[in-house]
Amino acid sequence: MPLEMPLLTLEARATPSASAAWLSPLLALTLTAITGAAIFLVMGKSPGIALYIYFIEPLTSWSGLSEVLVKAGPLILIGVGLSIGFRAGIWNIGAEGQFIAGALLGSAPAIFFYESANPLILPLMMLLGILGGMGWAAIPAVLKTRFNANEILVSLMLVYVAELLLIHLVQGPWRNPQGWGFPGTRMFPDAALLPVLFSGYRIHLGTIIAIVLPLLVWFALAKTQFGFQIKVFGSAPLAARHAGIGEKRMIWVTLMIGGGLAGLAGVIEASSTIGQLVPKISPGYGFTAIIVAFLGRLHPVGALLAGIAIAVTYIGGEGAQISAGLPKAVTGLFQGIILFYLLAFDLLTRYRLTRITISKSAT
Amino acid sequence: MTELIIASIMTIMTAATPLIFAATGELICEKSGVLNLGVEGMMLIGAVFGFAAVTVTGAPVLGVFAGALAGIFASLIFGFLTLSLLSNQVATGLALTIFGTGLSALFGLEYVGKTIEQIEPIHIPLLTDLPIVGRILFGHDPLIYLAIAILGLTAWFLRRTRAGMVLRAVGDSDYSAHAIGYPVIAIRYAAVAFGGAMAGLGGAYLSLAYTPLWAENMSAGRGWIALALVVFASWRPSRVLLGAMLFGGITILQLNAQAAGFGIPASYMSMLPYIATIVVLVLISRDSTRIRLNAPACLGRAFRAER
Amino acid sequence: MKKFFRLTAMAFAGALLIASGAASAEKLKVGFIYIGPPGDFGWTYAHDQGRMQIEKELGDHVETTFVENVPEGPDAERAIAKLAETGHELIFTTSFGYMEPTLKAAKRFPNVKFEHATGYKQADNVATYNAKFYEGRYVQGIIAGKMSKTNTVGYIASFPIPEVIMGINAFLLGAHSVNPDIKLKIVWAYTWFDPPKEADAAKVLMDQGADIITQHTDSTAALQAAAERGVLAFGQASDMIQFAPDTQLTSIIDEWGPYYVERTQAVLDGTWTSGDTWHGMSDGLVVMAPYTNMPDDVATLAAETAESIRTGAFHPFTGPIYNQAGELVVSDGEVADDGMLAGMMFYVKGIDDEVPN
Repeated sequence: MPLEMPLLTLEARATPSASAAWLSPLLALTLTAITGAAIFLVMGKSPGIALYIYFIEPLTSWSGLSEVLVKAGPLILIGVGLSIGFRAGIWNIGAEGQFIAGALLGSAPAIFFYESANPLILPLMMLLGILGGMGWAAIPAVLKTRFNANEILVSLMLVYVAELLLIHLVQGPWRNPQGWGFPGTRMFPDAALLPVLFSGYRIHLGTIIAIVLPLLVWFALAKTQFGFQIKVFGSAPLAARHAGIGEKRMIWVTLMIGGGLAGLAGVIEASSTIGQLVPKISPGYGFTAIIVAFLGRLHPVGALLAGIAIAVTYIGGEGAQISAGLPKAVTGLFQGIILFYLLAFDLLTRYRLTRITISKSAT
Repeated sequence: MTELIIASIMTIMTAATPLIFAATGELICEKSGVLNLGVEGMMLIGAVFGFAAVTVTGAPVLGVFAGALAGIFASLIFGFLTLSLLSNQVATGLALTIFGTGLSALFGLEYVGKTIEQIEPIHIPLLTDLPIVGRILFGHDPLIYLAIAILGLTAWFLRRTRAGMVLRAVGDSDYSAHAIGYPVIAIRYAAVAFGGAMAGLGGAYLSLAYTPLWAENMSAGRGWIALALVVFASWRPSRVLLGAMLFGGITILQLNAQAAGFGIPASYMSMLPYIATIVVLVLISRDSTRIRLNAPACLGRAFRAER
Repeated sequence: MKKFFRLTAMAFAGALLIASGAASAEKLKVGFIYIGPPGDFGWTYAHDQGRMQIEKELGDHVETTFVENVPEGPDAERAIAKLAETGHELIFTTSFGYMEPTLKAAKRFPNVKFEHATGYKQADNVATYNAKFYEGRYVQGIIAGKMSKTNTVGYIASFPIPEVIMGINAFLLGAHSVNPDIKLKIVWAYTWFDPPKEADAAKVLMDQGADIITQHTDSTAALQAAAERGVLAFGQASDMIQFAPDTQLTSIIDEWGPYYVERTQAVLDGTWTSGDTWHGMSDGLVVMAPYTNMPDDVATLAAETAESIRTGAFHPFTGPIYNQAGELVVSDGEVADDGMLAGMMFYVKGIDDEVPN
């Protein structure tokens, strides 16, 4: 007997849906909130209060806002850089290593001229930070273009090398001679610290750079030939080759942008919130920024918003520990779930759900 | 001196075992064309659920099963997203690691500071007591033998069985495999689940045999090392064992050097496995025919059968 | 949809509840920043026990909060500041790496009192406190000297800072006072808490012939690794006997409770002042767990030594003490002063190793 079966199936869209592109992050956040409510219920906490503390409270005070933006800064900078690479289909997942490399090279002036009061030291550090990140990203770029080595794996391996290099330097050659042997460099001189904007709050010049930069990048991508090339390269590499867009050049440019921005984020972090180098200078910004890039739909302004959204969950998570006794682990769980939902809905931007009916003969 | 060498080999074997489990799983997964960067997350989930099962039931065997099952559960989330919903594998794998770290920490809260009966090394009268080789061959805990057995079976499966050939075909050329009539998605689901089970086992090994306790983030990067190991082994099971001994051994050797009073900077030694992996990757990638022999051509690409 | 409204309503109610909660609170709020989880049975566990003692003794006037797993990096200052912002008037930051973040936060909140454990920088509203753990290490050294058959003792160290180095030295001086043949094998784990790595370190030391393991890291993993091979070992920071009943010789228990209660009371009374406190056995901060898995005569010797340290009759760093170059650093009959100990970056004679740099 033939069986009539209604079935949903996917149909590829000719062009990605613009409305779905905006809707899917919002849907993901909403569903995460609902899932979160369920988790809180299971844990015996009032979901309303917990969700409020997580997602709203950080935005209700000046200090909360300042902390959200400070935390979002490195996520935005790295996220914007990664978005460009991901758009072109270059999978640099080693931004964490480039962040550290940037912090290392960028901090060198502050560590060697620890009594300097020269105002030029700060711009020099920023420049070196960018170069440090670029240098670290140049390794996967060279290995990819010369030897065809997979950039995902190379950049990932280099994260660990960078982490160990940092640990070695702050435990050994760069260790503060007055630090009683504890790993960590000297504190940077005041001239090497990014100025704080409002006294009493931690928001600093680096945060402003992180907020303005995505807008500039957006403008640059929209107005330049290069922005168009990236788009073409990512969606249709073959067509791109015919159009004369060199693969090697694209690999180099995107890795340099991603690495440079991650390096900049690294040196900004070292010269603002930390003020020295310590064995661990990043709580995983380079990896979290990958979520930020995707949550922001690989768009610079999207990365700006997504960076802020993710930062809210961090700050909210800390608030939840203090005022609701919720464990820190919930924050990580939330971030994973947000990304899961987002990736699931991502489908809707590329495919259309259609109802079809297939006949199947039952046996 | 002999005693020190034997003892060190035994210690290195225990350090290598979680890597063997996780890398074997990832190897099969990658051979089918799927890159799952969530190994670290799956290991943590396996570790905490394995530990919880033993705490509740007192039976180590159930702990091992629970670890594997939890790993499968985690990997199927990844499978559903990447295979059925065609999401990006890199991003989904990372999400899985973040999710796994959070979930295991949350679920594990009530198990922090508890302890269980550790899985003990076996002792076969006469055989284990043989000089030198006795302990090296017959003195490990049962899970080490399980890891090596699975690795051996994997090598045999990939090389000698028809199913193994189909798996490789799916990973090397998904559309052709589909055209011939192989169920590409189903095969990949199976490979992903196997990867999850193995990562879960690797995690359970940590919390049941390595140190009989649960601590947040206790895999401490071993999942990432397993990923490096697969590349280092250039997707060949026979080289996974050697690589795992090398990767696990470096930590042990470095601690040994310290205890013996040699001042080699620990960080430099710890960098070696990662740098070695990059070198191997470059060597095998440089030659386009050799990379085709080893690396699955469709690694990381989504597949959707067009109607 | 109905559910959504209910959630929104609850969120709103929650907001009100928090606001009103803050307004009506009259209790003194005391905050703690932890480097690890309170369940580590080591360093953080001991601090959390102290926190609970505050709740127990001063619960009518005080409420306590803790933030766990705060990494020693850019996040630390925010977590500390967040406690200050939410009305906590006394904040204990319980790891060395919180030193600079604590000082920075203290500058922003001059009316809040801060207490930083194991640091060396004070401010008007930042006091520091630490414990003379070396007193307990000396006692452990005596036990190890008596109990080791291979004359090889394994020492798992965390970071090469004075705190740890003076512990190693005290341990060796104690061991050599009863057995000059004891050799110390030292492994630097470069971590406070990483169970598999700590277990690796213990295994390696046992591989190299150590038949007693002692640790300056926080988890129970090393003790358990020793237990698996039937090797004796010491616990750390709390009594870990339930993890290895046939293995633990004793453990240095950190009793932070009395200090925490005293400092909290001082804030309640308005008598809190900054300063640097270094308490030991005589103040009840350093306590030895029961002496187990050893013959009675060793237990008696250990207990007597601990007692004479407690009463002040004996100081572990009593001269003559030589450094590795053979130079006399503490002359015969003299006692090393606190300043020398607090900056101790050298090994005493008898340690066949070098301080890593």
